[in-house]
Amino acid sequence: MDALTALDPRDRALLGAIQDGLPLVARPYRAVGERLGMDESEVILRLARLLRSGVIRRLGLVVRHHELGYRANAMVVWDVPDEEVDAAGARLAAEPAVHLCYRRRRHPRWPYNLYCMVHGRDREAVLAEIEAVTRRAGLAGRPRRVLFSRRRFKQRGARYVFEEPGHASA
Amino acid sequence: MRGRDMQAAAEGGRGAEGGVSALEAPERRLVARYQSGLPLAPAPFSEMGRAVGLSEAQVLEALVRLRERGVLSRVGAVVRPHTVGASTLAAMAVPEAELERVAAQVSARPEVNHNYEREGELNLWFVVTAADEAHLARVLAEIEQACGHEVIALPMEREYHIDLGFDLEWTR
Repeated sequence: MDALTALDPRDRALLGAIQDGLPLVARPYRAVGERLGMDESEVILRLARLLRSGVIRRLGLVVRHHELGYRANAMVVWDVPDEEVDAAGARLAAEPAVHLCYRRRRHPRWPYNLYCMVHGRDREAVLAEIEAVTRRAGLAGRPRRVLFSRRRFKQRGARYVFEEPGHASA
Repeated sequence: MRGRDMQAAAEGGRGAEGGVSALEAPERRLVARYQSGLPLAPAPFSEMGRAVGLSEAQVLEALVRLRERGVLSRVGAVVRPHTVGASTLAAMAVPEAELERVAAQVSARPEVNHNYEREGELNLWFVVTAADEAHLARVLAEIEQACGHEVIALPMEREYHIDLGFDLEWTR
């Protein structure tokens, strides 16, 4: 949460200005700065600082896994005792096949607390991979669900800055 | 390579066949090298070109092509969850006959950035990102009311694996 307190209004405005991506022009930082009343050098310095402090995890080409060729995409969830979940999560995260790995809050209708994503070219390969990582992470005996994606209705970058009603300027 | 590329372009510009293997070599080098580490210098695309053997104009052309084909979502930032705004994964159990309509209602919210049908009883899964916790709670309540189905919110408590982008190794 240290990163949050370090985020000043100009940082927030900058993140908002690039949430749809940088313009694909020769001087993208200058172009973003022009919209915000910032120098090119201020945009660059602020982005560097946001990267260093970890607010920005990565700056670069954000690609869509499906179009990249990963056609079989599964979310895998386990119900792991609370005292074991962090160790299991760390083991899963070390697996090359595991793309994202999170602990989430349980829900009365959904008792699972450990989540990861496994992507691959086809369903059989992904299922085999899930079996292997489950075993290596010591999760073979835990309740598990595998949820392959069917239709993608929407995928794009998150919005962090929203127009407030009645302030539809800029 | 070129034939597959043209085929992918013909299929709605979405690269429906081929994936990475259908990418032209320069595009592939860019994706392999720059999912992170975009140069923080006044002319980043020129620097990227120098690293992968392209001119600045060729880099920009390649990025526009990747964007048109849907491979590239954006050149930009992936922000660490919970540092800016508030977000959660959410799920709903929607009868098949209603799924298209409900999914469209959910997708229409600007606060929703991912929305997928998945296998299982809870069949619609989406991510909501809002300016703050109050805004997030309001959006979830409004979706629940508009769609007529319980929204199950599953907020993240801890992250074990950070998003470093996608590996291109297996395409070799």
